[in-house]
Amino acid sequence: MAVVEGAGRTVDEAAVRARARDFLAAHDEAAGPPLDFLRARFDAGLAWVHFPEGLGGLGAPRELQAAVDEEFAGTPQTDTGRLAIGLGMAAPTILAFGTPAQRQRFLRPLWTGEEVWCQLFSEPGAGSDLATLATRAVRDGDEWGVDGQKVWTSGAHFARWGILVARTDPDVPKHRGLTYFVCDMRAPGVEVRPLRQITGEAEFNEVFLTGVRLPDDLRIGEVGDGWRVAQATLMSERVAIGGTPIRRGGGMLGAVLAAWRERPELRTHDLHQRLLRLWVEAEVTRLAGVRLRQQLAAGAPGPEGSGMKIAFARLNQELSGLDVELRRDEGLAYDDWTFRRSESVDFFGRGPGYRYLRAKGNSIEGGTSEVLRNIIAERVLGLPAEPRADKDVPWKDLPR
Amino acid sequence: MTLLYSEVEEELRSAVRDLLADRCPPAAVLAAVVTGPGMGAAVPAGSVTGAAAAPGPGPALADGAGTGAVIADGAAGSGTVGGLWPALARDIGAAGLLVPEQLGGAGATAREAAVVLEELGRAVAPVPFLTSSVLATRALLGAGTDAARELLAALAAGETVAALAVPFGTSPYAPEAAWAGRVTVAGGRLHGRVPAVAGAATAEVLLVPAGGALYAVQAADAEVEPAVSLDLTRPVAAVVLSGAPGRSVGPNLRPVRAALELGAGLLASEQLGLAEWCLATTVAYVKERRQFARPVGSFQALKHRLADLWLAVAQARAAARNAADALARAAMPETDPPPAAPAEPVSAGVTPAEPPDAVPPGAVPVTVVPVGTASAGGASVQAARAGAGAGAEVAIAVAVAQAWCGEVAVTVAEECLQLHGGIGMTWEHPLHLYLKRAKADQIALGTPGDHRAALARLADVPGPPAG
Ligand SMILES: Cc1cc2nc3c(=O)[nH]c(=O)nc-3n(C[C@H](O)[C@H](O)[C@H](O)COP(=O)(O)OP(=O)(O)OC[C@H]3O[C@@H](n4cnc5c(N)ncnc54)[C@H](O)[C@@H]3O)c2cc1C
Repeated sequence: MAVVEGAGRTVDEAAVRARARDFLAAHDEAAGPPLDFLRARFDAGLAWVHFPEGLGGLGAPRELQAAVDEEFAGTPQTDTGRLAIGLGMAAPTILAFGTPAQRQRFLRPLWTGEEVWCQLFSEPGAGSDLATLATRAVRDGDEWGVDGQKVWTSGAHFARWGILVARTDPDVPKHRGLTYFVCDMRAPGVEVRPLRQITGEAEFNEVFLTGVRLPDDLRIGEVGDGWRVAQATLMSERVAIGGTPIRRGGGMLGAVLAAWRERPELRTHDLHQRLLRLWVEAEVTRLAGVRLRQQLAAGAPGPEGSGMKIAFARLNQELSGLDVELRRDEGLAYDDWTFRRSESVDFFGRGPGYRYLRAKGNSIEGGTSEVLRNIIAERVLGLPAEPRADKDVPWKDLPR
Repeated sequence: MTLLYSEVEEELRSAVRDLLADRCPPAAVLAAVVTGPGMGAAVPAGSVTGAAAAPGPGPALADGAGTGAVIADGAAGSGTVGGLWPALARDIGAAGLLVPEQLGGAGATAREAAVVLEELGRAVAPVPFLTSSVLATRALLGAGTDAARELLAALAAGETVAALAVPFGTSPYAPEAAWAGRVTVAGGRLHGRVPAVAGAATAEVLLVPAGGALYAVQAADAEVEPAVSLDLTRPVAAVVLSGAPGRSVGPNLRPVRAALELGAGLLASEQLGLAEWCLATTVAYVKERRQFARPVGSFQALKHRLADLWLAVAQARAAARNAADALARAAMPETDPPPAAPAEPVSAGVTPAEPPDAVPPGAVPVTVVPVGTASAGGASVQAARAGAGAGAEVAIAVAVAQAWCGEVAVTVAEECLQLHGGIGMTWEHPLHLYLKRAKADQIALGTPGDHRAALARLADVPGPPAG
């Protein structure tokens, strides 16, 4: 394969593979603790090759990561499910808007898994309309005092840091009075309570912030610029959720196909026709993802990523629903309703009932499919916005 | 593999697009089709055209269509746009795109042909590129005879237009049905009838499968009966042969099977172009059209539908590009090799005189070899091409593209009509040309259901056990 199209610099696949092999020849992963190996991998620029040199990368095209991951197969890995928010959202945001000191401080332990991140965006009164959020941050010298309530916060119970959006100016329209922070989840006044989900367990929580003191050097971006920073996070989130590379016939489709192939007695003509349609839809979605990543090879995620997330959610829901239906009597059973505080989504370790229920969240988390359709309609197709009443009104005067 | 467009492909696209913008605007296509067969002689007295009441930027009227004038010229017109095909075929070189350089072609691949088809779809252009420069051309490539090479040179030069005389709905997975028993050959003379042949009305040479081989027949020696067709811009015709002299151009029908697969894969790019035009036209219209004191495009019910269509088209683009790329990477052989897997079982009813490609109607269709599975008594053109593994990859890419794009083009055209309201129902607005093409394309070269059924075998998603 030649140099990837759109690359800013000429770092080709052969070069990154060679670098990975040199690294592996020099580092015996069995010799020391896995963490040492992961840190050394980060320091060698082989963590995420599209990040800059010195921050775990080589400034190479994103596409080359697959080759590096291939070389590192069988070596110590992090649990990317547990680290999803850090890797998919916090890291690109810190890279784009963080100070050099913040990048140095946060990115390495984020990637090695030493520090887990959560996302403190949604609130009881602010979901799709995130910009209406009410958590207040008030400046006090070199510190900020934060008060408010966040909700649906996945992983808050084991996170070291949270990305937080708070209102710093209630007197301007809602999008303008926000500021983006890193919240120290160990700070006094941070209280995390589990929220039980339809699957029985609690991945997400409500988080109460009461008089939390955050030093100003935990602020990301300018005061009042939080909306723009949060947009970058949300775009990255959608790419992370919808754009994960899978192989043909993999992902949720793979789970259904395994049962389908093993259990001929469960097959019906109706299910066969539906499964073939979904097979095709999964494949064209996979190909659209490949194409999108080729387009993004050098650039930043655009609103197109929203389309992938809609497709991914739909497919996961349809396929997991078909999986339960296919099993008939077995589909009437559920594996485990225990209320436990889980640390990641376990699509493939759990049963079809769990997959069906958990996939329902795919069209809500990270922006609902309705909101994503609005984004495509307005930002990709250029259709006019709905008439709205909240654009130029100071946040404090909005009806609630 | 890249699913993006190369610089060369973009240059080719803009050349084709410029030509079409110049010679083939919607009004020209409309004007061309009203002279086609089945159009009647005149606009009935008192007919009302809705264009006067058309809101927004009204579509251009076909010449004379609004005046009640007699608009059909009486002759069974071919529905062509004057000067378009020569410019596309010769000046741009589209006719010889897939023909090797030593025969005077461009030696390009399916990727470039796909880009041309996207543009032709976008303009719903009435030209024989798919039927002559893709289907007929591929049926001759790989035939390995001098007669085929001679014809290819003439096609590449844009001197001759050919059509493959099989019904346009022929599935690449069961092509035997298309030719078995239709045409007989005796002493170099052909007898029989082939219905629903696309591109036949404008072809000078017809490539006719008969007796397990491929024959070239001069259209002048056959009767070509244009049918009143759903698709105005690519009408079909019956080819009737009553002792027409045929020149043998291919000793077997393997290249014809390959042509059907290539055609199906590339048709996806035409469908993509159709869908893109329909989506862009609809988005532009709903931004302009105002009701309830706001653009109708600001209503969320419409925005969400259009967002879904955009996503479906994005998926279609990836699928069509993937098929073109896979077809481009599968080498085009001098001579299509015989199937790699064991030959089809000789079914009862095949006379010993007939080559194995000729299977009587009702015979078990050729089974396509699933990935990594040994073929049990079935061979496929895909497997024949480059060994079962790579061939199956191409076959999957083609089937996925057709299964998806065939449906998407129809859906987008139907939504385009609905979101235009009344103007969408008028003859004057060109969108019906796209709907008719999209609906015909859904049937052409296998329905989406045929392609999904093939995927059941190719991707190992078996149906319920028999019984
Ligand atoms: C499993 C899961 C994990 C989550 N994890 C996190 C997390 O870690 N951190 C975090 O901050 N948040 C998290 N969320 C929250 C998630 O981002 C919000 O639930 C989501 O943004 C929707 O907000 P809401 O729940 O308030 O619904 P609402 O915004 O109240 O929406 C209700 C309904 O109205 C529709 N709707 C709203 N506005 C519009 C509109 N303009 N046009 C059309 N329809 C509209 C929605 O699509 C939805 O169907 C998680 C959610 C789930 C389900």
